[in-house]
Amino acid sequence: MSWDIKNLKNWKVGDHPPGALIPTGGNAVEYKTGGWRSEKPRWIEEKCTHCMICWVFCPDTSIEVKESKMLGIDYDHCKGCGICAAECPSDAIEMEEEEK
Amino acid sequence: MSKTVALTGNLACAHAMRQINPDVVAAYPITPQTTIVEEFSTFVANGQVDTEYVTVESEHSAMSACVGASAAGSRVITATSSQGLALMWEILYIASALRLPIVMHNVNRTLAGPINIHCDHQDSMGARDSGWIQIHCENAQEAYDTTIQAIRIAEDSRVSLPVLVCLDGFIISHAIDRLDMLDDPEVKKFVGEFEPRVTMLDPEEPITVGPFDGLHGQFFEFRRAQELATLGSLPVIEEVGKEYGAVSGRPYGLIEEYKLDDAEIAILVLGSTAGTTRVVVDDLRADGVKAGLLKIRSFRPFPIKQITDALSGVKAVAVLDRSLSPGAIGAPVFQEVRSALYDSESRVPIINFIYGLGGRDVSMAHLKEAFDVLSDIVKTGQVKQTINYLGLRE
Amino acid sequence: MASLRELSKKKDYLTGGHRLCAGCGHSIAVRQVLLASEDPVVVGCATGCLEVSTTIYPYTAWKCSYIHNAFENVAATISGVESAYQALKRRGKVDKELKFVAFGGDGGTYDIGLQSLSGALERGHNMLYVCLDNGAYMNTGIQRSSATPKGAWTTTTPVGSVRPGKPRKRKDLTAICADHNIPYVAQASISHWKDLHAKAAKALQADGPAFLNILSPCPRGWRHPSDQTVKMAKLGVQTGFWPLYEVENGVWKVTVKVREPKPVAEWFKLQGRFKHLFAPGNEALLADLQGDVDSQLERILARCESTQE
Repeated sequence: MSWDIKNLKNWKVGDHPPGALIPTGGNAVEYKTGGWRSEKPRWIEEKCTHCMICWVFCPDTSIEVKESKMLGIDYDHCKGCGICAAECPSDAIEMEEEEK
Repeated sequence: MSKTVALTGNLACAHAMRQINPDVVAAYPITPQTTIVEEFSTFVANGQVDTEYVTVESEHSAMSACVGASAAGSRVITATSSQGLALMWEILYIASALRLPIVMHNVNRTLAGPINIHCDHQDSMGARDSGWIQIHCENAQEAYDTTIQAIRIAEDSRVSLPVLVCLDGFIISHAIDRLDMLDDPEVKKFVGEFEPRVTMLDPEEPITVGPFDGLHGQFFEFRRAQELATLGSLPVIEEVGKEYGAVSGRPYGLIEEYKLDDAEIAILVLGSTAGTTRVVVDDLRADGVKAGLLKIRSFRPFPIKQITDALSGVKAVAVLDRSLSPGAIGAPVFQEVRSALYDSESRVPIINFIYGLGGRDVSMAHLKEAFDVLSDIVKTGQVKQTINYLGLRE
Repeated sequence: MASLRELSKKKDYLTGGHRLCAGCGHSIAVRQVLLASEDPVVVGCATGCLEVSTTIYPYTAWKCSYIHNAFENVAATISGVESAYQALKRRGKVDKELKFVAFGGDGGTYDIGLQSLSGALERGHNMLYVCLDNGAYMNTGIQRSSATPKGAWTTTTPVGSVRPGKPRKRKDLTAICADHNIPYVAQASISHWKDLHAKAAKALQADGPAFLNILSPCPRGWRHPSDQTVKMAKLGVQTGFWPLYEVENGVWKVTVKVREPKPVAEWFKLQGRFKHLFAPGNEALLADLQGDVDSQLERILARCESTQE
């Protein structure tokens, strides 16, 4: 189910689900961690062989994939750790300075 | 329909568990609770229940497994005593905070040291602030009846909290008592099918149980909501006790008054000592002394109004505590009762008798002694000593 | 064995938006383990980095049902969940096939959770316990655990004028779990995803309890750059520090043979927690640590030989 958490900081006693239960799954996608980055991975599509190595090693589930094809990088959640660039066998991802 | 049987308190509890036939029992042996889980495991072994019985390696894991099983959406019962309850302490708070309707027997035994296996209430008093509903039983009949009621109280949607059913170690747990049992179908009907508030077993509706309240800081609101549910259980305990009375002929409330209507002096006590006190009250009444008894059944939540109302006419009260709180102003039950009476109009004189620690016997003579002190207070209008010890060699 | 391309079509149970550090090994491990499940999973977490970072109320990064209870009891907790499942299945209230997976760090598993784990393994629940071993209590700020390698700096085994880091060897938890005689036990590394995937699949299909011990580097605690996490795990395997093996129904087998293990110093020198080992005067300690790695490997190989079918 979807769970509307707008204005949660102002919720009062009794507004929260009993026991602090989170009545949904995976809503952390609504929380953006992209702002943590100091470096940003840049995907060089023409070099990419779609081997999925970056995908299997991404700690933030931030390699966008569909039908076994890489589509790009989810900058809303990518923290810029650089593992994808370090592990890519085709040098298809490069780290560059994050824009201010 | 019911039948009269002779059973120890522990076996009475085990039979109540058999009739409830919970989904999961996770338990660990400890004196004097052990015979509950032993007896229950024979019911499992003989197919009299189809409960998943988890033979954990400690009480900490017993309560941990109960939390998991309850959060998964199953009806869960366990039992413990003393050091076992103490070992569960950390998880007791989590079970109540997660609002899980687990039912647990605590067969009251003191806490070491020195290690001692006999009755007092120090173990359950340690769980006083854990957020569990705590009901004390006077005898095997009450232990049996309360087990069945506890399921309904815990699972009531207004409550959704764990319930601790306390019975005095050895005195109730191991003494053979005469009691009436409901028929199996009556119990089944009374407790009903469990309709869980939460389940972790539906992959289409995932939930997260026990998140981290680290950064947004809602803890205060959660705790207050939990407190409101605890207070909200007061009428539920009464309703369930009344409904149980309609089925069994044995109605229950939050407290029980005995010859209190016109009493001048009264003893307030929890558990099996209420039975002994009742006999002493009768003896004193025969001598023309207006003595009475107030038994507290629900210690958590603490029924303040019922207690102050019940004591409104008396001239002196003694609270008997089977526990000790070193360095405090008297023992836990005394503290609460005195605090409750502070706001009452009569502000009746109140004293504390600490008794029975580590299984020290409390005799009728001891209770008579306590009533004599109260008579003296009424006569002289003076409290000579607020905190007293019954049966202590000093 | 599915290819990565095939695997990438499967459901990821962990979303982005969790608050683990950049380059954390734990979420890589979790994703790789859960990708191996053919059935929906139910997850339990011990208190630790993974727990606090993935379920910060009101957010959860878990797409499956999840429970956190306390630090030392995730094995008991998930065993309770699994017991409820067995009971409700028997009573016809649940019909779906589900898998039950517990995650704990090395502190929550080797140390404070060992009793709970041992009890659950002995009882025979249908569950997989995954230890994410980063060799210290990272969540509380890099304190030593019984998984911390000898010689490592931690905040409770600091490098001082008379003590060069942790004085004691690691506990061999994988062997301890194997000696519970459960259907499946294995040691894996996030760097060797194919090996890890195969092990997780076997563990999840085992009839009874299974245990996986996964090397999961921590950039903060190990003192290495965040992009080196997978490389650190790989070198841990290539130096023989973290042999990849499995124990299937009592039969020990090395799953990734390292023909000529690199000197363990090559692994140590890339991590700040071992920096002091390379200061003059610590040559003997470094040699001693190499000896420990060699003898561990010998022990494992001996058990592989003695249990061969």
